[in-house]
Amino acid sequence: MEVVWAAGQVGAVWVAVVLGLIVLPSALGISLGISEAYMWVLVKTLEWATTRLQKGGKKPQPQTLQTATANGIIERDETPMEQEIARLHRADFEFSHIFYFCRKGFEAIVEDEVTQRFSSEELLSWNLLTRTNVNFHYISLRLTIVWGIGVIVRYCFLLPLRFTLAAIGITSMIAGTTLVGQLPNSSVKNYLSEVVHLTCSRILVRALSGTIHYHNKENRPQKGGICVANHTSPIDAIILTNDGCYAMVGQVHGGLMGVIQRATVKACPHVWFERSEIKDRHLVTKRLREHVADKSKLPILIFPEGTCINNTSVMMFKKGSFEIGGTIYPVAIKYDPQFGDAFWNSSKYNIVSYLLRIMTSWAIVCNVWYLPPMVRKEDEDAVQFANRVRSAIARQGGLTELPWDGGLKRAKVKDTFKEEQQKNYSKMLVRNGSIG
Amino acid sequence: GLHSREDFQRIPELAINPLGDRIINAFFPEGEDQVNFRGFMRTLAHFRPIEDNEKSKDQNGPEPLNSRSNKLHFAFRLYDLDKDDKISRDELLQVLRMMVGVNISDEQLGSIADRTIQEADQDGDSAISFAEFVKVLEKVDVEQKMSIRFLH
Repeated sequence: MEVVWAAGQVGAVWVAVVLGLIVLPSALGISLGISEAYMWVLVKTLEWATTRLQKGGKKPQPQTLQTATANGIIERDETPMEQEIARLHRADFEFSHIFYFCRKGFEAIVEDEVTQRFSSEELLSWNLLTRTNVNFHYISLRLTIVWGIGVIVRYCFLLPLRFTLAAIGITSMIAGTTLVGQLPNSSVKNYLSEVVHLTCSRILVRALSGTIHYHNKENRPQKGGICVANHTSPIDAIILTNDGCYAMVGQVHGGLMGVIQRATVKACPHVWFERSEIKDRHLVTKRLREHVADKSKLPILIFPEGTCINNTSVMMFKKGSFEIGGTIYPVAIKYDPQFGDAFWNSSKYNIVSYLLRIMTSWAIVCNVWYLPPMVRKEDEDAVQFANRVRSAIARQGGLTELPWDGGLKRAKVKDTFKEEQQKNYSKMLVRNGSIG
Repeated sequence: GLHSREDFQRIPELAINPLGDRIINAFFPEGEDQVNFRGFMRTLAHFRPIEDNEKSKDQNGPEPLNSRSNKLHFAFRLYDLDKDDKISRDELLQVLRMMVGVNISDEQLGSIADRTIQEADQDGDSAISFAEFVKVLEKVDVEQKMSIRFLH
């Protein structure tokens, strides 16, 4: 009996602390500086750990580590097919032509550009999380003790805290939006819906120990526009809504997600599609066009890559989002992998284990850059426009650009690419050679 | 850890290579569908650059996998589809067809194959043996074309 009462007291104190120190400030939009202090301690600890690792391992200087990951592990010969093959004395077919294809094939096997984007980025230096401990072995007792303390702090203190916050955040989002949804459409309703969305986003970001730096806030997406960003995880949406209100676009899910979707759509005009409607591209485009045409509606948030990529590169943008018209506001999101890996490898982890991993990392640190708005030019088609936007995002975020489709995570590559290579080769033979 | 053919085909840059299937085949020994790490490394070892200090090594030991001769042998096996140590006209046609796809007609391809065999064939059997293959490629810098350098 007394145990229950004592547990109740502890629980009450706990909730009071959480409410007072975290929920209330986020509702008012101010910061108490607790997370800044935490981050400072974390950075100092990780720097110390890095120096210990370098001293203990007698590894080469850190500069070499830097260049290695930048260029990949093999030296790639980028001479195009024409130069390499037509360079030989006679440009007709020779047995040696096979060397070109052979070497390209082996380079792809050793290290290719695409499949490495679908798994987490490798770190330059260990960040005291077991999950990233790939290449590093036992160095010293002190390091192991610090690691042990880290495990205790993360699992016994941070995890329950974050879990509580997440629970509060989600329930208040559902409750708040349902309440606001009851009101008739008016500017008061819009204002209140914004307040609710922003507060809940802030609580959820704190639930992940997120430190987000927003750059160029003057380019923030305006009403009636479309916001596009690179996609790394489901958290991207929360990170962006922390700083402004957007109309989300997505598929209707079941379960908890579905409840959230149904509640929020009453307060704010999000665009949720039924599974069957997604397949009908014209229907999707039509609904989005209607939304964009209404200048009083919030900007739409779209992730044109279509799937989660590991935040080292930006893959092909699907052209559908760029055919709608309207102004595009590109946003670049870059996570710092040192503190926690935000990438969701959906073939390896389901959403629950993904959220658990996020909540037991040190923190989520990211930079968000708002880029100046872009409009499609007269002589551009949707694909060229998509590529232009993609280049801008990649340049800003320091990511590489790849022309490959993110759908290659699950599907095979189309035969048309192989046929293109074959066509190029045969053009060379026919043009240069003396055939027939 | 074992690899099957599908694992290799999942690499997009390899899948669009016209000779991708031949290259994948080179990893799998006769009649097997799986390759282990050792076999994988043996095949990859053909692409190690030839180092100068290796020339002074013991000449009596077995030839290293990345010698010029072995690199050429590897390329020869890419052409020799039925592994009979000869490249026949049909085999050459098949490999050519893989490289050009549907863009060149059968007659044109046939004449390319005929001309190539004619120039390289020395003993008049209308097929290319390994020795004839080596002779044709004696001026080509095989070392540079068939090597992959790792960055440190």
